[in-house]
Amino acid sequence: MAGRASVQGEKKAFALPQVPKIAVYLVGFIPAVWLFYAGVTDQLGADPMRYLEQGLGLWALRFLIATLAITPLRQLFNVNLLRYRRAVGLLAFYYAALHLLTYLVLDQGLDLPAIVADIVKRPYITIGMATFVILVPLAVTSNNAAIRRMGGQAWAKLHRLVYAAAIGAALHFLLVVKSWPPEPIIYAAIVAVLLGYRLIRSSVKKPSARRRPA
Amino acid sequence: AAPLSAAKSPFSTDEKKTSREDVTSYNNYYEFGTGKEDPAANAGSLKTSPWTVKVDGMVGKKAEFAVEDLIKSSALEERVYRMRCVEGWSMVIPWVGFPLADLIKRVEPLGSAKYVAFETAYRPEEMSGVQSMFPVLDWPYVEGLRLDEAMNPLAILAVGLYGETLPNQNGAPIRLVVPWKYGFKGIKSITRISFVEKQPETSWNRQAPSEYGFYANVNPSVDHPRWSQATERRIGEGGLFVKRRPTLMFNGYADQVASLYTGMDLRKFY
Repeated sequence: MAGRASVQGEKKAFALPQVPKIAVYLVGFIPAVWLFYAGVTDQLGADPMRYLEQGLGLWALRFLIATLAITPLRQLFNVNLLRYRRAVGLLAFYYAALHLLTYLVLDQGLDLPAIVADIVKRPYITIGMATFVILVPLAVTSNNAAIRRMGGQAWAKLHRLVYAAAIGAALHFLLVVKSWPPEPIIYAAIVAVLLGYRLIRSSVKKPSARRRPA
Repeated sequence: AAPLSAAKSPFSTDEKKTSREDVTSYNNYYEFGTGKEDPAANAGSLKTSPWTVKVDGMVGKKAEFAVEDLIKSSALEERVYRMRCVEGWSMVIPWVGFPLADLIKRVEPLGSAKYVAFETAYRPEEMSGVQSMFPVLDWPYVEGLRLDEAMNPLAILAVGLYGETLPNQNGAPIRLVVPWKYGFKGIKSITRISFVEKQPETSWNRQAPSEYGFYANVNPSVDHPRWSQATERRIGEGGLFVKRRPTLMFNGYADQVASLYTGMDLRKFY
C-alpha cells in the first residue's frame, strides 16, 4: 500500500495543521467508549447487544475505508495524511477485535461448539473471521521495528493484504442483512471505488515511466 | 392510541411480556425503512383512518369491512404471544384481536378456496421506505396461509397491543399474527384478503426463495441458509448481557399446530 508513497514527494503537499498521533487514537476510541457506556447504562434501545456488536463492526469498516482513502487523497487532492495512516489502520484492527470479542462473549456467550459451527457453516462468519485473521499480521507489523526488520518492500507487499481485508469486511456486512438495504451496498461501493482506483492507476501508470532523469 | 377492552384467552402465555417501549420501538416494517428504529420514526405518516379491508376471491360473500366495524362486531381477546423473528430475536407481545377464523366464517369461502392471500397497503406518498432508490422488496407486501392454517384458533387479526389500538409501526390498523411462524408472516396494515385456489406468492419468498419459504414455521432444526435458528435472544432480557435461549419447535405452539403438518418434510417445506 505504501509502495509509491515516496515517489510523489515533489509536489508540495497541501499544508494541514499537524496534530499529535495520540489525538487520532483518543478521538478514534470515542465511538467505542460511547457504545460501551451507552450499552451498560441501557441507552442502546431494545437490542443493545446487537447494537454494540454492529456498531463496533461498522466502525472497523469505516476506519479500514479511511486507511484506504489516504493514498488517493494524496495523489488526487494533494492532501497528505500519511503520518496518521498507521493510527487509523490500527484503529480498524482494534475495532475489529472488539467486534469479534462482542460476538464471542456477549452474543454467543463463549459457546464454543456454536461458535465453531458458525465459523464453519456460515459464510458471513467465515469471511468475517478470515478478515480478522488477515488484519492480525498487519497490526503486529505496524511499527517501525517491523519495517526495518522486514525491509520496506516485503513490508509493503504484506500490507497489500489490507485490500483483501476491505473486500472481506464489505462482503461480511452484505451477507449479514436481509434483502439489499442501502447501507451495506454503499459501503461496498466505497470499497470498490477505493480499490478500483488503485487497479486503474497501476495499469495506466507503469512505475518505470514515472522515473525522472537525474 | 385508543383503549380497547378485551377478554383474556387461554392461549396466552404467562411469560414475562416485552416492555411496551421495546415492542413499539424495535420493528421491521420495510415500507418505512430497513432500520429497526425507522418504523417508529416514519410510520406516523400512514393515514390509518378511514381504513377498509377488501375480502374477495372464492367466497360466497365478498365484502369490504371498515376496520372500526370489525372492531365493534368482534369479540376482542387479549392474546399474549411469543413472537420469533427470522433474524434470531424474540419478544412476548400482548396483542388484542380476534380469530382470523371468525372473519373467514363470515365471508363463507367456497369449497375451491385452498389458500388465503393477504396484501398490505401501498402508498408511496405516505411510506418513506417504498420511495427508496434501492427497493428492498416488491411492493405491496404480500403474504399467505393455507386455509386450514388460517382457520387455526391461534391465528388472529390483531387490532391492538397492550390494551390499545395498534401503533402505526406495529401494523395499524389491522395485521395478521401467526405465532408459530416467523414474524415476517404477520403482514401489517392489511387492505385485502383474497381466497384462492393456488398457493399465493409471498414477499420474502419472492425476494430470496432459498432463504424464506411459504410456510416459514419456526423450526430450530432448519437453519436459515446464512444463520442458525437454534437459539434466540429475548428482547429486553439482560440488556447488553442477554443470554440466548433455545428456540422451540413451532415457537412453542406445537401442541396446537403440529397436526397441520403431519407427513410433510419440513426441510423441504420450510
